[in-house]
Amino acid sequence: MGAQIRVYRQRIRSVSATKKITRAMELMAASRVIKARQRVLESAPYTHALTRALSALATYSNHEHPLTTQAEEVRRAGVLIITADRGLAGGYNANALKESERLIEKLKGEGKEVTAYLVGRRAVSYYKFRHREYAAEWTGFTEKPTIEAAREIGERLVDDFNVDYDEGGHDELHIVYTRFNTMVNQEPRVLRLLPMEVVDDYDSDSVEGGPGDEALPLYSFEPSSEEVLDAILPKYVVSRIWTCLLSASASELAARQRAMKSATDNADELIKKYTRLANEARQAEITQEISEIVGGASALAESK
Amino acid sequence: MSSLQVELVAADRKVWEGEASMVVARTTEGELGIMPGHTPILGALVDGEVRIKAVEGGEQTAHIDSGFLSVDHDRVVLVAETVDLAS
Repeated sequence: MGAQIRVYRQRIRSVSATKKITRAMELMAASRVIKARQRVLESAPYTHALTRALSALATYSNHEHPLTTQAEEVRRAGVLIITADRGLAGGYNANALKESERLIEKLKGEGKEVTAYLVGRRAVSYYKFRHREYAAEWTGFTEKPTIEAAREIGERLVDDFNVDYDEGGHDELHIVYTRFNTMVNQEPRVLRLLPMEVVDDYDSDSVEGGPGDEALPLYSFEPSSEEVLDAILPKYVVSRIWTCLLSASASELAARQRAMKSATDNADELIKKYTRLANEARQAEITQEISEIVGGASALAESK
Repeated sequence: MSSLQVELVAADRKVWEGEASMVVARTTEGELGIMPGHTPILGALVDGEVRIKAVEGGEQTAHIDSGFLSVDHDRVVLVAETVDLAS
């Protein structure tokens, strides 16, 4: 019986240790998610300025740019999948990957070849485990994305998009990321990155006044509308990736905070349960000892 | 005299905002000076210095990587991925 109590006590100790870890992770995620949301808000002026300039360009020039032109026949599509570097974030990674699988299935159903581009170690290990091929991976920054990372991804994707199909180029590029709606609601989303449509579908609450709510002045362009467009479009691609990375990182942290909170709650519950069991076992032991003593005493009394 | 409303925006934050009497930036064609009353313009900027003469005196200089600027109705928006504000 004594062994039983020891087992329970051991369990309680181990669960409390785990609880301390999950609690710490919860608090860390909670403080980081605030910062991540702040970064989403702070990036809004940039995106807003870019969107506005692009709308002006779209309004005043009929210049056809390769990045905005729809290929006549889409034969190969790329999918950029944004996940986290670490797990322990509830369904965050699984949901993003599931959404990407759905998209890939759909694209393949339309007769397109699909190449995957991966962001985050979880996506990489998912693909490695299944021995699937992917074109490129970027890892190590998902909790706190940098503009450099976004630029690197953007350049690679634009390069791959501009190459002809026969040389391994793509006719279409999609992003799968997790959009941060609220602290308790994040949803995996698919966004078509290229060929580009200039739309302003960022968190509408963070961008005050969309590009369409005021008349655009008649701009003159320096040096020319074509060259300005050439300069701005790649930046717009990078900015979209950047926005997605930021939103994904906020989602990741919010998901982790929630997952760790429920883990902590669960640990509390387990500790309570095992404490009860341990108490019960102790009581049973005492009861048994008493009855043994009483039994022994009466046996002695009878033998006299 | 009217003044310019200037915003200097980097990818991750708004770096500087305020009123200025003149803005000088380097476009692909060369130096471009903007003063109040300038016609609306969209210009591509190259790697280089941006100078903003603030209304309350003093000059802000910043180093930007390539970006663009837009001017309309005395509102100047300078946009670049990375902006180093020299104080």
